[in-house]
Amino acid sequence: MNSHTLWLICRRLGAGVVTLLIVSMVVFAITAVLPGDAAQQSLGQFATPEQVAALRLKLGLDQPGVLRYLHWLMNLLTGDMGQSVSNAMPVGELMAGRVPNTLMLAAATALVSVPLALILGIGSAMGRGGRIDSCLSFITLAMVAVPEFLVATLAVLIFAVNLGWLSALSYATDITSPLQFLRTYALPVMTLCCVIVAQMARMTRAAVIDQLDSPYVEMARLKGVSPIRIVLRHALPNAIGPIANAIALSLSYLLGGVVIVETIFNYPGIASLMVDAVTNRDMALVQACTMLFCAAYLALVLLADLCAILSNPRLRNQ
Amino acid sequence: MTQLIRVEDLRVVAGDPGSEVEIVKGVSFALEKGEVLALIGESGSGKTTIALALLGYARRGCRLSGGVVQVGEHDMLALDETQLQGLRGNRVSYVAQSAAAAFNPAKKLLDQVVEGPLIHGLGTRAELEAKAIGLFRDLALPNPERIGRRYPHQVSGGQLQRVMAAMALISDPLLVVLDEPTTALDVTTQIDVLRAFKRVVRERGATAVYVSHDLAVVAQMADQIVVLNGGQILERSATAPLLKAPAHEYTRSLLAAARPDTRIRPPCGVAEEAPLLTITGLTAGYGNKNLHGMPAIRVLEDIDLTVRRGQAIGVIGESGSGKSTLARVVAGLLTPALGGLTFDGQPLGGSLSERTPEQFRRIQMVFQNADTALNPMHSVATILSRPLKMYFGLKGAALQVRIGELLDLVRLPRDMADRRPNELSGGQKQRVNLARALAAKPDLILCDEVTSALDTVVGAAILELLRDLRQQLGVSYLFISHDISTVRALCDDIVVMYSGHKVHAGRRESFAEAPYHPYTDLLIHSVPELRQGWLETCGATHGELPPIGERANLPELCTFLNRCPMRIDGLCNRTAPNRRTLDNGSEILCHRDAADLLATQRGVTPTSFGAYA
Repeated sequence: MNSHTLWLICRRLGAGVVTLLIVSMVVFAITAVLPGDAAQQSLGQFATPEQVAALRLKLGLDQPGVLRYLHWLMNLLTGDMGQSVSNAMPVGELMAGRVPNTLMLAAATALVSVPLALILGIGSAMGRGGRIDSCLSFITLAMVAVPEFLVATLAVLIFAVNLGWLSALSYATDITSPLQFLRTYALPVMTLCCVIVAQMARMTRAAVIDQLDSPYVEMARLKGVSPIRIVLRHALPNAIGPIANAIALSLSYLLGGVVIVETIFNYPGIASLMVDAVTNRDMALVQACTMLFCAAYLALVLLADLCAILSNPRLRNQ
Repeated sequence: MTQLIRVEDLRVVAGDPGSEVEIVKGVSFALEKGEVLALIGESGSGKTTIALALLGYARRGCRLSGGVVQVGEHDMLALDETQLQGLRGNRVSYVAQSAAAAFNPAKKLLDQVVEGPLIHGLGTRAELEAKAIGLFRDLALPNPERIGRRYPHQVSGGQLQRVMAAMALISDPLLVVLDEPTTALDVTTQIDVLRAFKRVVRERGATAVYVSHDLAVVAQMADQIVVLNGGQILERSATAPLLKAPAHEYTRSLLAAARPDTRIRPPCGVAEEAPLLTITGLTAGYGNKNLHGMPAIRVLEDIDLTVRRGQAIGVIGESGSGKSTLARVVAGLLTPALGGLTFDGQPLGGSLSERTPEQFRRIQMVFQNADTALNPMHSVATILSRPLKMYFGLKGAALQVRIGELLDLVRLPRDMADRRPNELSGGQKQRVNLARALAAKPDLILCDEVTSALDTVVGAAILELLRDLRQQLGVSYLFISHDISTVRALCDDIVVMYSGHKVHAGRRESFAEAPYHPYTDLLIHSVPELRQGWLETCGATHGELPPIGERANLPELCTFLNRCPMRIDGLCNRTAPNRRTLDNGSEILCHRDAADLLATQRGVTPTSFGAYA
């Protein structure tokens, strides 16, 4: 770790902040162009134009877009995300109720899927071309091909309806024991794993195989290093960059894209909150949710970048 | 005397089961303790495959199918993978061709050097590290205590190769296998690495198998030579008799090709006085430009060069000397920061967009690697028809006739027109590459290391062809190479580059004897000669460099200062050298005058020509 690395990391962080700022403009612009605004929505379709105009004035909607954007951005920076019109509650409070649930589900899924994907990917890379590799390739490809609503529905049908082991609905609120945790999370986590493990495993396999073909791995083999040690000590440190990026992409999906799973299991997460917000034209909520997804995505990609930089001595100390 | 290594009827096959092809066909040899045996042959002769079989290892897609490989008391082909793991890097060790690729980029050198013996339980980490540092010192690595703490990318190629030798020797193996360990290095670096290898091998009484395509290098290292071709042994004998009286026709052709400058007829004087290409005060480089338009990394510095019509100019220098960048500037791929180019009396634009189609046609480039320069999806006819259509608008029968003529010109059979590049051999591909350039009927051909990727025999044939084409068509060459004997074989004038500067330029004859620029002297004397004992007696890089004081902060100082055996304290490190013309007409960039240079260089000038005796 030296000044060069620090500078490199700071530059990445700076680029992240700038990207987030641009994203905020785009989000604001898109929500502003959508037909109907908060005043129209909260008064309903029977409101007179005078009433709507009065509310607009009260909410500050008559001001020019740039001013409204700056106002919104300032509020966002101080933590005030505005008022949810359809729920008549501050957006912050609404999200505070949902974000922990989403994080919990994402964390549980990541804890299961990342090690699983790494083991599968490294395993099939080591036995490349062999029976294990072919089997794993077939299974992972099949898992990618099956849509998640089918996996979720089948899982509910088998484990909740036929076998009756688990509950079909997941309420994150009433957990008191580890067993209950397992009962609540088993089905959604399983469904999500099916979706993301395959992708991560295949990327890991490709990255590790890429390294296993390099001359230094042959050299290690000719030094008498065992195959396991070759993969763990020689190939893997050089494959961290691409693997971290694959993991970051998959995990970012968990933070914002799990609408179907949340809906099927009736899980109170942030994705379903956003879908509701869109149907209700609850612009403040939509904006806040979008910003949250983007920030999470950027943070994950940034983290993957940092992993790649720190694992590469050529970038780490120059 | 007991044989330490015994290989008997070794067979290796490649390919899928069912359609396997034998690539090593029953090879037998033996060597005694303390001996060095060389495996020599062209690419595809199976030399590396045999070398790897000594470790009981076959590359992906290959299989050791039969025979005996006896190393000490172990039969390497009878052991299972776990037993082999115990022997590799312990009783038998390996030095790979490219150290830059064979070291793990993410691990420190010392960790990689001691990894093998640590796994094999040959000592504690502290003992092994101390031993490694001792080996680093024996191999004349700079700063032996600290070099192990670096990562591979922080160490130069020649040093890495020596660290790899230390990695191979640290377990005191019965057998060391060296696979082309100096092929990727510059000649001036190669000589240091060879010296270090040889001393360590002799001092430790190591038994070694040395794989190489270069007879001259092998002559320095080996007691016995095995000549291979197509997976079979053609000749096997002690080094001295093999060099003096080769029994096999193929060995004779290898010996002849090892020195192209003695074989190829001298270039014929077709050059006219009229300059074709003039380069004046050229400065170029890479990276962001500063306020004055100067690039961050300057690769070429104030280069003057004239190529006359029909003339062949050779540009030599080690990697990083800027010779390829020079070709890129002339080709228009890199815009110069300063200076100008004139082509046939007309100014030549710095970038591609400033050039006329006619100028494009008249300057053609032939790249080093025909494998990457030719589109693998196109047939030879398609590759050749592109320039013919573009520059001359040929089509139909006229196009086919011209393609046939071009193939005749590069001496390829006409039926090759329908083949794709991957159906051709390396030499044939390079001929197609050349025919593609000739299709445009150019006046100037830029040849960038066109024979470097080829085997010596094939490379010599390409040089012959280039020479004949020049006589036949009157084209000019800017011929770039790192190999002075290749350049001497083909070119009228030679330019020596060192870190972006033109340090020496002169007629080809003036490179036959001193005086030279000190760097030219080093280059010439670093080319291995085909006689035993050359490595011990050659003068190049022997002895300590004269001490110099602190260098002045002048960018114009001599760039060769740090390696120069003739530097003068107070002069070379204080003031910039000037160009001086020697009696033989060559021009050098040096503080020393002809008499000084002669006094030092005359005594050690070897018989570079015809040195087979």
